[in-house]
Amino acid sequence: DPQRTAFLLRKQWTLYSVTPLYRFSDARLRDYARLLSAFIAAEKQKGLAVEVGVELDIKVSVSSLPDLKGSDQDQAAILVQLSSRSAASSKNSEEKLIWSGWFCCVSGDDLSENVPEDFTCLPLFLANGGESYTSIVGSWFQKTFDCCFRRLAISPLNLSWMAAMWTGCKVDKTASAMELVFSVPCLPQPLNISYAIHPEDAKALWDTVQKTPGEITQEEVDVFMDCLYSHFHRHFKIHLSATKLVKVSTAIASAHCDGIIKFLQSQYLTGVLMLLTELAISQIQ
Amino acid sequence: SEKMQRRQSSKTPKQPLQIHHKNQTDLSAWRKGGRIDPEKSVQNHQSPTNQKSDSKQASLEQALSYFEKVQDHVSLKKNNVLQKHLTTVESIALQRGLPPEGFGVLLNVALSGKLADTVNTRLLKSLVPASVIPETSVVSSVSWLCVSKCSGNIQLLFLRWLITVFDFIDHKEQLHALYGFFFSFLQDEKMCPYVCHLLYLLTRKESVKPFRIRRLLDLQAKMGMQSHLQALLSLYKLFCPELVTITLPGKMKTYFKNSEGPWKAAINTVRRRNQENSPVFQPLFLGAAQPQSRKRKWNTQLIIPASSTNKNNLEEDREKNRVDLYSTNESFPVEQLQTFSQLLQNIHHLEFPSQMGSVLTNPLLLHYMNCTKDESIYLRLYYWMGQTLQEECTWCVADNNQYEEEFKDFLETVYKTECFLQEGFSSCEEFLYKSLPLWDGFCCRSQILRLVSWIPLSSFSEMKSHLYDPLAQLFFTSSLYFKCSVLESLKELLQNWLNWHVIHLDSESDSQVHSLNTTLSGLVNVVAELIHFVGWISTVALRLENNPTFLLYFILDFYETVCDMYLRYNLPLLIMPPAGVFYPALLSMDSVSLNQLCYIMYRYRTNLVAAKENELSKTKTLQFKFSSQTYQEYNQYIIAMVGCLWTSSAFQKDIHPQGLRMDDELLKKTTVQEFKTSFNIVYHPAMMGYAVLFLQQAWPDDTTFNFSLIKGKKWNWYLEYLYAQGLKGLKVFIESSINRVSQAS
Repeated sequence: DPQRTAFLLRKQWTLYSVTPLYRFSDARLRDYARLLSAFIAAEKQKGLAVEVGVELDIKVSVSSLPDLKGSDQDQAAILVQLSSRSAASSKNSEEKLIWSGWFCCVSGDDLSENVPEDFTCLPLFLANGGESYTSIVGSWFQKTFDCCFRRLAISPLNLSWMAAMWTGCKVDKTASAMELVFSVPCLPQPLNISYAIHPEDAKALWDTVQKTPGEITQEEVDVFMDCLYSHFHRHFKIHLSATKLVKVSTAIASAHCDGIIKFLQSQYLTGVLMLLTELAISQIQ
Repeated sequence: SEKMQRRQSSKTPKQPLQIHHKNQTDLSAWRKGGRIDPEKSVQNHQSPTNQKSDSKQASLEQALSYFEKVQDHVSLKKNNVLQKHLTTVESIALQRGLPPEGFGVLLNVALSGKLADTVNTRLLKSLVPASVIPETSVVSSVSWLCVSKCSGNIQLLFLRWLITVFDFIDHKEQLHALYGFFFSFLQDEKMCPYVCHLLYLLTRKESVKPFRIRRLLDLQAKMGMQSHLQALLSLYKLFCPELVTITLPGKMKTYFKNSEGPWKAAINTVRRRNQENSPVFQPLFLGAAQPQSRKRKWNTQLIIPASSTNKNNLEEDREKNRVDLYSTNESFPVEQLQTFSQLLQNIHHLEFPSQMGSVLTNPLLLHYMNCTKDESIYLRLYYWMGQTLQEECTWCVADNNQYEEEFKDFLETVYKTECFLQEGFSSCEEFLYKSLPLWDGFCCRSQILRLVSWIPLSSFSEMKSHLYDPLAQLFFTSSLYFKCSVLESLKELLQNWLNWHVIHLDSESDSQVHSLNTTLSGLVNVVAELIHFVGWISTVALRLENNPTFLLYFILDFYETVCDMYLRYNLPLLIMPPAGVFYPALLSMDSVSLNQLCYIMYRYRTNLVAAKENELSKTKTLQFKFSSQTYQEYNQYIIAMVGCLWTSSAFQKDIHPQGLRMDDELLKKTTVQEFKTSFNIVYHPAMMGYAVLFLQQAWPDDTTFNFSLIKGKKWNWYLEYLYAQGLKGLKVFIESSINRVSQAS
């Protein structure tokens, strides 16, 4: 149901890899929310004890997102949301969402097949909101489930894969331009080159490169990028192959090498997550 | 006063008599305890010191019985008897401590308000235990506290005393029953810090109740952030994280005011005098908060987590308890684990901390880890360590190089843990494989090379591409010292593998002959590969560095392990050193290397002979036999050695293809006179120094250095002289490998 995951779109998510959670249980999400909310309160006012279960300034909800799965073996995604209650207004006043994060695993069989029962594989974590909250929530998960969070950067090689894969995807509406951002190394001031291509042109190029539909090889990705580079060189006499690809934006999603992603199409959400899950797993193993 | 009397009578209907009896019997027992040895006591019977101690005990008994019967409101200034007894108690307490029976009497007096506060204070200050404090005396003091007959200052002093001597109280069950009484004292603002400390010592999981938490939170709201409340609340959190939580600020160091008062020093003195293993003061275990530097982003800083209880299971435990109310499957909080005996007592209900990484800094938990076979604990550690090593690696991650010291310490800790467990971590192995190709051979050198020595043995060898190739590149291009360090760590790697093999031979019985055989052949291949690798880099290194003794020492040290693998480690494998190592050692200018080589060749011989005997004696065909090539190689080396050290025939008889054999024609061209005798234990360049010294001693007047004098009987003397100089390797070699029939007669 695309409606139920629509809120994940058009937001910037910072990516993390997470090692398998030890003794995590789907049945205890409410308990986790209570404990986490008291933990956040205690962290924010260091030194003061907080009773678990009382109403606090920051409300925590932990819920499951069963739609975000690739295979039956995948664990259902877990969503954590922090919202603030303003003390002044009445109880019925609206809660404001201040931070959200979610764990997911889309076709992560490589990992989940190899861990014992006590462990839950949710190798990809995405956070949106202040880093101080990410840090508190992450620390709580690390302490409680003995897992390890690490920022997940995306290498230029993987970015070029994304560029090629997403170019080939069909989008109903008139799509926005595909944009590649390159950064020129070894300069005193940072210099970025933005390379925008009409999505239909890019698709046409990709279709000539791809041999078997539904299958992509490294060689094809290289050829695709080389074509774009030589076209650019013809016009601007700049070898993009000597620069570093830092960002890819298409109608499907946009990804930055620092490990930041924005989903734009709900129909391709799981597809993108599958790739990111793979990257997260390779960082863990 | 009628009221008071009633209270008193209700409080002590039977006790005084009982105490009285106890006092008398126990006091005499205590006195006897002073001289256990009857013989000694007879001998010393008349000695003045003994008389002195006897009189001391008598006066203490008098003092105690005085304090037991003392009337109300006796003034200290006017009463010499009181002064005398008080001084007696004080001096004996400070010198040797008070016997268990003294406490009931003195606490009763001090807290009853009968005497002036100056006396009470002095009495309390002298309550230094010689051995233990009976729980009953503490319980009756608490009831005195409840009727508040004494002043506030005395109450405080009593609490401070109780905290200091807490570990000396013989039982604590009844004290635990008084938890609620103590808790009610929290209301008193002055007592609150001390009561918190006392509750902190008394609290068990069952003491933590929601109403108590609420009461403490109310106090917190009233008094603000107080370290004693924080400490108690964090202990409550430890036991019941599902009820309360708290984050302690990183800066805090002490949680309770110093309540040791005047007793600590006296207790130590008494303990030292009695030389007993009395209970040790337990350090407070609230070390959870660690200072975090602000510079780095979240989770990019190397922190080994502190041991803390696995909160995740507590709620499940509660559910279990509901099913089985009488079971005591409470787990022991790891924060409280301080001593080895605690570990032994609680090993059945100990749980690993919530973050496995914390075991690295906790030797007790490492002991515990050594006894468990749970796969999940290793997996948790594997993930954490793997991620931390990758994230913190100073040469794999840009901008990390400023944190090299931190990373060094971490690697050091990991290495120590591996040594402790006698086992390598697979996360560490993977990290080495990933990072060695990028390593400059300089950063964290000794730590990395030490970790190499703990690479686990796997039957499937990936060593060549992952370890040997990157290591060889660095080896050939780095300094002599780096080369020696690499050889040293490869020797340790070999020893660790061999030890592993021996342990597995022991543990895996004959039942698994089949799997053992397959793993054994795998093992033999992996070990052989390592030895060949070391042989190769050693040969090249000796040539590159021009045969320095220092390097040769490390190489031969490696072969000291190799030559003994069959007998010492029960591994059916012997590999001779390559000629590139053997000949530089044989022709070394240094007697140390030559002596080492002699010892190694002697051990090779012992191992080969043993293998041959086994082969012949066993009717069963053995799976593993040394190839005839090994024997052949050994024999070739032995011929060269005997020729070089004994028969002066190395140039003629050496048959090794890379050996010393030379035609007489060629030797004549060197214009060396008497080339035929130029290599034996007299003329060998490594030995000539000894020969000179020997000549000086044997023929002090001869200055011609006539080496040819050393022959016949003198040859034997010379040998004895060499052995006396510490050339033990040479001795065992000559005695085992050289047939001296002709000399024997």
